Amino acid sequence: MEYGMDYRPLWAVLVSLIAAGLIMLSGRRPNLREFWTIIAAVAKIVIVFSMLPVVLVGQVIELAPLEIAKGVSLYLRVDAMGMIFAALASFLWLVTSFYSIGYMRADKAKHQTGYFASFAICLSATMGIAFAGNLLTFFIFYEILTIATYPLVVHKRDREAIKGGRKYLAYTLIAGQLMLIAIIWIQVIAGGSDFQAGGFLAGTASDGALRVIAVLMLIGTGVKAGIMPLHGWLPSAMVAPTPVSALLHAVAVVKAGAFGVLRVVGFVFGPQLFDEIGAATALAWIAAFTIIVSSLIAMRQDNLKRRLAFSTIGQLSYVVLGAALVTPLGLLGGMYHIVAHAFMKITLFFCAGAIHVTTHKDNISEMKGIGKRMPFTMAAFTIGSLGIAGLPLIVGFISKWNLALGALQRGQGIFVAVLIGSALLATTYLIPVGQMAFFTTSKKFPKIGEARLDMLIPLCLTASIAIVLGIFPDAGAHFYQLAVNSAQEIFNNSSLTMGGGW
Amino acid sequence: MSQHYPVLTVIIPLIAALVAPLAAYLSKGLVRVVSITAVFAALLTSMAALVRALTDGTWHYVFAGWAPPWGIEYVIDPLSGGITVLITFIGFMVAIYGLPFLKEETWLKQGLHYALYLLIISGLLGMVSTGDLFNLYVFLEISSLATYGLIASGGYRSTVAAFRYLIIGTAGASFYLLGIGYLYGVTGTLNMADMAERLQPIMDSPAVIIGLVLIFIGLGLKMALFPMHGWLPDAYTFAPPAVIPFVAGVATKVPAYVLLRMFFYIVGAGSGPVPAILTVIGWVAALGIILGSVMAIAQSDFRRMLAYSSVAQVGYIALGFAIGNTYGLIGAVLHIFNHAIMKSCLFLVAGGVKWRTGQHSISRYLELSGRMPLTMGAFAIAAMSMVGLPPTAGFFSKWYLVLGAINAGKWPFVVVIILSSLLNAVYFFRVIENSFLKKSAGGKQVLKDRLKTKKGLWELPVAMLIPIVVLGVGILLLGIFNEQIVSQVLQYTLPGGGQ
Repeated sequence: MEYGMDYRPLWAVLVSLIAAGLIMLSGRRPNLREFWTIIAAVAKIVIVFSMLPVVLVGQVIELAPLEIAKGVSLYLRVDAMGMIFAALASFLWLVTSFYSIGYMRADKAKHQTGYFASFAICLSATMGIAFAGNLLTFFIFYEILTIATYPLVVHKRDREAIKGGRKYLAYTLIAGQLMLIAIIWIQVIAGGSDFQAGGFLAGTASDGALRVIAVLMLIGTGVKAGIMPLHGWLPSAMVAPTPVSALLHAVAVVKAGAFGVLRVVGFVFGPQLFDEIGAATALAWIAAFTIIVSSLIAMRQDNLKRRLAFSTIGQLSYVVLGAALVTPLGLLGGMYHIVAHAFMKITLFFCAGAIHVTTHKDNISEMKGIGKRMPFTMAAFTIGSLGIAGLPLIVGFISKWNLALGALQRGQGIFVAVLIGSALLATTYLIPVGQMAFFTTSKKFPKIGEARLDMLIPLCLTASIAIVLGIFPDAGAHFYQLAVNSAQEIFNNSSLTMGGGW
Repeated sequence: MSQHYPVLTVIIPLIAALVAPLAAYLSKGLVRVVSITAVFAALLTSMAALVRALTDGTWHYVFAGWAPPWGIEYVIDPLSGGITVLITFIGFMVAIYGLPFLKEETWLKQGLHYALYLLIISGLLGMVSTGDLFNLYVFLEISSLATYGLIASGGYRSTVAAFRYLIIGTAGASFYLLGIGYLYGVTGTLNMADMAERLQPIMDSPAVIIGLVLIFIGLGLKMALFPMHGWLPDAYTFAPPAVIPFVAGVATKVPAYVLLRMFFYIVGAGSGPVPAILTVIGWVAALGIILGSVMAIAQSDFRRMLAYSSVAQVGYIALGFAIGNTYGLIGAVLHIFNHAIMKSCLFLVAGGVKWRTGQHSISRYLELSGRMPLTMGAFAIAAMSMVGLPPTAGFFSKWYLVLGAINAGKWPFVVVIILSSLLNAVYFFRVIENSFLKKSAGGKQVLKDRLKTKKGLWELPVAMLIPIVVLGVGILLLGIFNEQIVSQVLQYTLPGGGQ
């Protein structure tokens, strides 16, 4: 095959990898080290967004720089769906970098060099996952992400962190190996594994074999996406520093799993085949179960980060549900929810981190009246909570609307009930935090004492974007248009089936 | 000169081995120069021979004008050429690495060390290069005897280990010789190519069957294929650190390579008793992979853990033979290269830690990442490769092996390979946790540290650090560019799909 000489996808991957090396070398000079992070983040944004116009008009950028195994290329392919994820992750990396620097310095954390280097490697892997054009390429970056996240999870180096790290590795490595079997199996039966909109597995093997493959692939991607009962690592991994939870456990790592589910459904099996072998229905019910149960568990958590973690588990299953509905609007909603949830949840985690370093409070029960001391932080927190609950004019509503329509397109109104139920539950576990912060008083927080500016500005920024996107879903990076393009590509037909979307 | 490269590769280390004690008597510096130059020269000639084999096809080198099958010939095809390069490369790296360990030894000990070391290299190179089955036995004995001697020089516990290895190794070599005797008896030839032709009509005769089974047992003992691995853990644990990275890296791989030659080139994988033998190999290998990994988890000594891991990893190679299709064989042969580099790297790290802190116990590896960042970085890469995580080399051998196993419909092997990856993760991440994460109790320095007083120096002597870093980076490069090796070196030599 002939590919263009456009090396931008490769550079998007490599730029933060190079930065990771430079960060390691400049460990003794914190300012220089942070300079590399910022430079790489800016460069990544420039590279990724320079490809946006090409992708928006429906073209793809392809690149196969080398054969990575016999007969299989390291194949990078920038399409609409990959662009959503890449643009989102690269933009939020920059925001998180500023926040990280503030957080780590305010927290006087140790091992900061390893921290920033691992972070940069994670972002490289995320780009690779977004742009992967075949399953082997996807898997390579997926496993790099697994390993690069490990140092961040065990950052504190104490007993709890090591335990969390072990749990994390046990879940992700086992799942990764199972997925590897499925990938090689696909390689054998299909003779290749290049992603194709609408899938390429139809007619390659018996339904039974395809079902097993589907289960293995969904275990592999589902662990990172926190589908129950594979979610156990996520709350334990919350021992990581808050910026890690914010970017990786709300955007990059877990979304890599959710993104993987979308890829598997849309580009490996194809919606039709995925439905025919019965995987769609099963997955939809698992997702619905996860959405409801995680909300119920979240209500019982007092530690703010743990509560957010369970909320994340539930929200990720929205994306999974979108894929499992195998309708155009369902997929559209799922894809857009990757964006929507990212902005809302990163805001919430930023707030939790700001509270942690400013007041050293981690438990919700200790936060009565905190709105008096940190009004901006708690306002942003409230916006994020309302978004998670699905209030109109905040970005979460857009994706939920499409998901609900997608469920109706499939003729399964029951999932609409699940979405509504989940929204109601969210009002019981997140909104009370804001209510408690503003409408109760406590002697502990007598006067204003906000977080450092390098933490406050990022969290206000992401909260504002959550509102802007809620009103103009296509603003900025055209996330909505990209999602529409991708859904149409997968279903290979006109705008008719998209009717009724937002 | 250039038309003699195949034999020069073998002869140069052999002559240097004979010269080494004398050189050591004259000057301790001289013996180092002579030995390292000799290995380096062998590296160059083997590379030149490989290049010619790649461009002009298989190179048959005939001795003294006696045409085969009467005379002995050396055959350098891309596969055997590739393995000679592997041997000389690791031999060169480990020769440099050993310098600081030998610095304070007497001239006699240094001279003998280098003589034996060069004999091992020469013997292994001869085994790979030769096209004659009896000549192969001679080189097998040369390298084995030298290995026994070197392992015995590691202190008083190593004497017992070496003696045990000597007994078992000699039995293995005898089995091999007996097997060759049977084959010679029925075919009247010792030349591999000639025998391949003459064996075909009499494939099912009892003599051939007995001969092949004996050869399999002999080579199985030498490559420590489970359950014939009893000699290996002690030998690897107590051998001197200046030599064990080389022995652990390539000494078990060469018999594996001979096994491949024997069953897939000379006899043919589909004929006579070979399918049955391969089935047996497959199941013992599978058992060995699992039990080796479980035993590795149970070890508290880092070297012993690596030794048991070697038992498991040799199983991967044998498993690839048993899978028997093109992908399985690619996986097996690629794993010969990959595992040689990884295991050498790991033993280099073990020796480096021993040199610096005097420790081999995993529980004493605390806080090492701060003090030896490059060494532990190389260790982390090698560990990931052992687990089989992309993009390291180990992942790709696993990729081809699983691809072959699924293609052949051998699902139990798929399960074994994947399970073994996870077991590898258990014992390697335990070491990673100790050296990167855990703090020594009470913040006190538990370990002695040879470099404590000299601040600002490298973490290890440069002669030790360079091989560690080179092999660590090599694991990554070997992974990323494995396709080059597969399509350049392996593809044309592997028999077209075996069965």
